[in-house]
Amino acid sequence: MLRTLSRVSELPIIVKQLQKRSHNNNIASGKNNNNSYGMQHCRYSSSFFGLFQNAAQAGVTKTNNYATEATVKVNRPFKLHRLDEGPAEEVKLTKDEALRYYTQMQTIRRLETAAGNLYKEKIIRGFCHLYSGQEACAVGMKAAMRDVDNIISAYRVHGWTYLMGVSPSGVLAELTGVQGGCARGKGGSMHMYSPNFYGGNGIVGAQVPLGTGVALACKYKGNGGMCLALYGDGAANQGQVFEAYNMAYLWKLPVIFVCENNNYAMGTSTERASCNTDYYTRGDALPGIWVDGMDVLAVRSATEFAINYVNTVGPLVMETNTYRYSGHSMSDPGTSYRTREEIQEVRQKRDPITSFKELCIELGLLSADEVKAIDLKVRKEIDEATAFSKTDAELGVSHLWTDVYSNCLESKLRGTISYNLDHIQERKGVNH
Amino acid sequence: MLRSRLVQAACSAQRAFSTSQKALAAKQMTVRDALNSALDDELARDDRVFLIGEEVAQYDGAYKVSRGLWKKYGDKRIIDTPITEMGFAGIATGAAMAGLRPVCEFMTFNFAMQAIDHIINSAAKTFYMSAGAVNVPIVFRGPNGAAQGVAAQHSQCFAAWYAHCPGLKVVSPYDSEDARGLLKAAIRDPDPVVVLENELMYGTAFPIGDNVTDKDFLVPIGKAKIMRPGKDITIVAHSKAVETSLLAAAELAKKGIEAEVINLRSIRPLDAATIFASVRKTHHLITVENGWPQHGVGAEICARIMEDQTFFELDAPVWRCAGVDVPMPYAKTLEAHALPRVQDLVEAALKVLGGKAGKAVAGAK
Repeated sequence: MLRTLSRVSELPIIVKQLQKRSHNNNIASGKNNNNSYGMQHCRYSSSFFGLFQNAAQAGVTKTNNYATEATVKVNRPFKLHRLDEGPAEEVKLTKDEALRYYTQMQTIRRLETAAGNLYKEKIIRGFCHLYSGQEACAVGMKAAMRDVDNIISAYRVHGWTYLMGVSPSGVLAELTGVQGGCARGKGGSMHMYSPNFYGGNGIVGAQVPLGTGVALACKYKGNGGMCLALYGDGAANQGQVFEAYNMAYLWKLPVIFVCENNNYAMGTSTERASCNTDYYTRGDALPGIWVDGMDVLAVRSATEFAINYVNTVGPLVMETNTYRYSGHSMSDPGTSYRTREEIQEVRQKRDPITSFKELCIELGLLSADEVKAIDLKVRKEIDEATAFSKTDAELGVSHLWTDVYSNCLESKLRGTISYNLDHIQERKGVNH
Repeated sequence: MLRSRLVQAACSAQRAFSTSQKALAAKQMTVRDALNSALDDELARDDRVFLIGEEVAQYDGAYKVSRGLWKKYGDKRIIDTPITEMGFAGIATGAAMAGLRPVCEFMTFNFAMQAIDHIINSAAKTFYMSAGAVNVPIVFRGPNGAAQGVAAQHSQCFAAWYAHCPGLKVVSPYDSEDARGLLKAAIRDPDPVVVLENELMYGTAFPIGDNVTDKDFLVPIGKAKIMRPGKDITIVAHSKAVETSLLAAAELAKKGIEAEVINLRSIRPLDAATIFASVRKTHHLITVENGWPQHGVGAEICARIMEDQTFFELDAPVWRCAGVDVPMPYAKTLEAHALPRVQDLVEAALKVLGGKAGKAVAGAK
C-alpha cells in the first residue's frame, strides 16, 4: 500500500458508512448518543489507507520542469453493486483540467459564502440552501458531461446553475430577486434553469422522475444524450424515486440516478431515515457505484463510466459520499443533530477544494502562485456579482402577470380585486 | 380488481344515447372513437407526440380509447407503464420539459391524485418559475367524474381541483365533437392541459358535422358552446351534466320555459363572456355539475357574476345544482340520488324563475 499524501489518506470519511464496516464495531450500545458519530468509533479497514499516490509515484508528464499532465489514483476505491467492472481508478489530470476544476470549485465555495452573507444581511429571502462542502460532486460530474447531456437536481443548486452556464451574478441576482437573475428574480433559490439544466426543484424527490423523463426524451430523439437526476439521501426514501428506477430499468433509459449523500436529510441522519444506507445498492436490479464525493477526480471518473454505461446498457445509481458544512438551510445552524467537531474534522481532513489544491501542487500541475491568482480572480468576480445583486432593480410590477402561459387564452387574469390584468407575453418558452 | 371492475362498469354503461337531433346528422361517432381518432391524428401529425400510461398499448387501453394505436405506432410512441402514477406522470412531464409532447393517460383521474404534485408543481408552474424559459407542453387525460357502481374512491370530479391552478388549462368535453376537438387542441397547445373525460360517455354516439373528422378540426380551448338557445333561463354545465341539463331543458320546454344550455367545454379558462351574454338575455341562471358544491365550478360562476355588471341583469339569485356533499356511496339507489337529476334541475329552475315560471306555464297552457 502506498501511503504518501497522508493528510488526505487518513481523513475520516463520513463516519456512518464506515461504522458498518469497522472490524471492531462496538457502537450498538447506545450510550454514546450524543457522540454516536464520533471519530473514536471509526477504525477504517486498511483498504481505506494509502490510496493516494503522490507525484513521485504518479505518472507525470513535464514540460520545462512544469507538469502538464499526471496520472493519479482516486482517493478511495469505488464500491460496486451488480457491476463486474467499475470506473477507472487511475485517472489522468491535465493542467488545464486542474485549473478549471479548482476554479469551478472555488467559485462555488465563494458563491455560497456570498449567498450566506447576503442572507444574513436579509437581502436574500426565503430559502437558501448552500452547497459548501459538496463542490467536488458537481464539478466532477460536470467535467464528464458532454454537450448532449442534461442534469436536473433538487433545491441545492446554486453551484450547478453556475456550472451549467449562468454567471455568478446571474445566480446571486436570482437569489436577491432582481431582474438580472437567471430567472429574472421570479424563481429564487430553488428554481434556476439554463440549457440542458432542468432546474432546481423544491419538491423533494420530484426531480427524479422528471430527470428520467428528460432521459426518455434523449432516447426518443436518439441524440445520444443522457440525464443526471440528482437527489439527496433524504429524497432517496421517496417512493417516486423507486418508481423512476423501475421504469428507467424497464425502458433502458439513459439516466444516472445520483444520490448525493451528505449524511443528513435536514437534521435526520441517514441511519435514522433509511433501512439501507448503502444508497448505491438501492436500485435493486439497477447497478450502483459508490464514489468518494469529496474527490473531484473520482466523481469525474465514475460519471464518465456511468455515462458510457447508461448509453450502452441501462440506468444506474451513483452515490457520492459527501458532506455539507452549512445547516440544511439558512435557518438551521446545523449543530443540534451533529457536532461542531464532526464538521471541523471534515473541513480539515476531507475538504474537496483543499485536498485537490494540495494534490495539484504536489503533482506540479499548479503552482502556489497560480492558485493564489485563481483565488484572487474568483474573489473579484464574486465580489462584483454580489455588488450587482445588491444594486440591480427588481422587475416592474407588470411582470407579476407576465409569462404565466406560453399561449395565454385567458381574456383577463384576476388581480386581487377584479379581472383587470392583461396577460403579458414576453417569452414563449423553448418548447413552444 | 378495482380497475377491472371499472372497465366492466364502463362497458355496461355503454349505450347509444344522444340528446341532439340525430336525424339531422348523417354521421355518428362515439366519444371513444372521437378521442381515439384525435390521438391517431396527432400522433401522425407530430413525431414528438407519444401516449404513455397504464394499459395504453398492448391492452388497447383500459377503456379502449387507445385501441389499435400500439399496433400502428409501436412501442416507442405508445408506452405501457407499471402502475405508478407519480412516477410516470413525472417522467412524462420531464419529457415535455425536454421537448417532447406527451399525452399522459390516467386510467382514471382518481389515480392522478397520486401524481397531482407533478401536474401542479412540475407541469403548471415551470413556465412561470423559469420566467418564460421552459414551457411544458403536456396533456394529462383520462376519465373523470362519477362512474357507476364503483363507490367513493373511484367516483369524483376533479374539475375544480385543477381549474384552481394558474398555469394549467382544463377542458371537460361532453360530446364527440368536444372530445375530438378539445383533445387535438390540447395536444397542440404549448402549455399543460388537463383533459377531463367522462367514462360514462365513452360509448355514447353523437351526430357529428362533416368538419369534425377533418385532420385539423380543433375546438378552441376557453370557449363555451351554446347547446340549445333559450330566452327564459340559462343552464351552465360541463361534461355529463350537459346531458342532464339538455334533458331538463326538454322538460322545462314542456312547461313553456325556454332554457338556454351552455356547455362550458373549458373549465380554465372559463368562458365567462358567453355566460354573461346569456344571462343578459335570460336574467336567470342555474349551474350544474356532478362534482361537489363547495368551492366548485358553480361556485366560481356565481362569484364571477357577482363581480360583473351582469349581476344587475339577474332577476333572481343564481342557483347551483351539484353532487350531494358526501362521498359517493356504492348502493344503486343512494348513488342515483348523489348526483343532480333532471327533476332536481327542473326544480331549481322553477325556483329561480319563481312567479315568472308560473306565468310561462300559464302562457303555455
